[in-house]
Amino acid sequence: MRRDHFVAGAIGAVALVVLLWVPQYFDADQTRVVAQGIILATAALGLNVLTGYNGQISIGHGAFFGVGAYTTAILMNDHGWRWLPTIPVVIVLLAVVGALAGFPALRVKGLYLALVTLGLAALFPDLTKRFVHGVGGTNVVQPPTVSPLLRGEVPGIVSTPKWAERFVDMDDQWRYYMILATAIVVFVIVTNLVAGRFGRALVAVRDHETAAAVLGVNPRRIKIAAFSLSAVFAGIAGSCAVLQSGTANAEATEVFQQSIYFLIAVVVGGTATRVGPVIGGFVVAFLQEWLTDWVNAIPGIPDWVSERPVLTPAFFGIALILLMYGLPDGLVGGGRRIAARLRRRSTPGGTTPRTAAT
Amino acid sequence: MTLFVQQLLIGIGNGVIYASVALALVLIYRTTGILNFAQGEMALVTTYVLWQLTDSGVPIGAAVPLAVVVGFVMGALIERVIVRRVEESSALTVVIVTIGMFLAANSIAQFFFGSDSKIVPRSIPDKATTIADVKITLQPIALAGLLVLECLVLWLLLQRTKLGLALRAVSSNPDSSRLVGISTGTMLMAGWAIAAALGALGGAAAVSGGEALDASLMQRLLVFAFAAAAIGGFDSPLGAVVGGIIVGVANAMTTTYLADANNGVDWLKGITLVVPFGLIALVLLFRPTGLFGRRVVERV
Repeated sequence: MRRDHFVAGAIGAVALVVLLWVPQYFDADQTRVVAQGIILATAALGLNVLTGYNGQISIGHGAFFGVGAYTTAILMNDHGWRWLPTIPVVIVLLAVVGALAGFPALRVKGLYLALVTLGLAALFPDLTKRFVHGVGGTNVVQPPTVSPLLRGEVPGIVSTPKWAERFVDMDDQWRYYMILATAIVVFVIVTNLVAGRFGRALVAVRDHETAAAVLGVNPRRIKIAAFSLSAVFAGIAGSCAVLQSGTANAEATEVFQQSIYFLIAVVVGGTATRVGPVIGGFVVAFLQEWLTDWVNAIPGIPDWVSERPVLTPAFFGIALILLMYGLPDGLVGGGRRIAARLRRRSTPGGTTPRTAAT
Repeated sequence: MTLFVQQLLIGIGNGVIYASVALALVLIYRTTGILNFAQGEMALVTTYVLWQLTDSGVPIGAAVPLAVVVGFVMGALIERVIVRRVEESSALTVVIVTIGMFLAANSIAQFFFGSDSKIVPRSIPDKATTIADVKITLQPIALAGLLVLECLVLWLLLQRTKLGLALRAVSSNPDSSRLVGISTGTMLMAGWAIAAALGALGGAAAVSGGEALDASLMQRLLVFAFAAAAIGGFDSPLGAVVGGIIVGVANAMTTTYLADANNGVDWLKGITLVVPFGLIALVLLFRPTGLFGRRVVERV
């Protein structure tokens, strides 16, 4: 098993180096896509706590994402806050909102719960249109302090601090690093949480509620906690999105789409795995942005396909279906199966690696 | 009072449309245990087919049954070609596949039919009578009649035919039904086909009064159909109908009374969706499997 830990650590280190190196090598537009992947991964890490480990399907986390985005944007825009201090506010607010939204989960299960959460996603845009007074009376809030056009002119702008100017030239690169740092903190927190007592309680409640209760786990408390936590991480992802795009916005289709993307990231990466949501987040972001280009790069693709941007969601949908065909338990699950097969082949006598190690 | 009855009729009219899509959702859930996110978009495709048929000169009376047949075939094909391969996988995997179909169907429909709205000719004539100051239009009444007919046919099919018996057997215990010689694959295919045909009818109902057809039509409808199915209970066709009408009427009443510009409830303005979704949460809080849903008893 020790060798596995070493391999995992090495892969993690390489991934970190690559992510740190991204804004130095790629242009702003490509970096933006990677940042979107990181943001999706952050939200998916949270949703995985709820859907993967606790088994509760939510298609409403776009609403929590939006609450986080609006909280950060409004505090920065109307009250002149810096970005970082808004995060504790987002955490507290989303912990409460998430717990409240989780209350139906105490009685409602499975698909019914998924539809209650869908209600949240459907309702949220109307709520913002009613209560948020943004640019020109719309529900769009654009704090000037993260505007990509201004550099250092507005006090409190999210720009590169003095000590980092040696490594980072552009403010958007600095924002990328802030988003990356946030995601790493979230990853470490989630990984530790699910590895410990709380994680086992989550899984116990998912697999058999009554049995978990017999063992002294309080299923109600665990379910509410899972909802609350996943909402917090979705909210933090929303704050990061404000940092990246400079905008908080909620259109009905967007909030629904966002909610679906989080779920897709979790399932495509691998439910109830530690790195699955991260991989899934990147896959969703990259497919979303570049799949059309990749399809058009196929030699001999007819013009009537390649010149129609309207087909982008179709490519994405078909890619999803194919992914689910090939890897029904996600990329991590599929990767594990391949690794196990390779190892079995390399181990003499065809024994499984676990018995070989002990 | 006049306004109330008027709005009640409008609510029922909309509710019937939600109910017919909810009925399709329930049918697929009953036969295969899948929540089909693509249900609305499948209906969108058949409604575009309906428009295409009328546009090329087929009279509307013939075009509607043709669109339903197209839906039937499409449903069977989708089950056979796309869904069959993941039917044994976990529920989440299947959900993602139906989401993939949802995205693909919507974009392919836009690809073929453009993003401008189309006008489908009225399939229900614009007739109205006035009884005691209440203007009663033909559309909601005809749609309600259609829904009753749909339910009756569905009930007869499921409860009074060999095919229905086999369908129910497969949904309640696939392994045992395979042992007694039922072809489960064919039954699942039949379930999807019938559901898609019902959805096609729902799509036709949604544009029966000459409403505009565009690619976002079914997304609005699907949210309400989901709501209807959740209130009624996912495994109950009767629940879908009752749930649809509850959601439709609740919507109409909220927009008329609670969110009225002059004398409505101030904080509700612009957020009328609170009412139907609050209703779902409330109903599910007291009956977690909907009004007519069967309670699942778990053996410990």
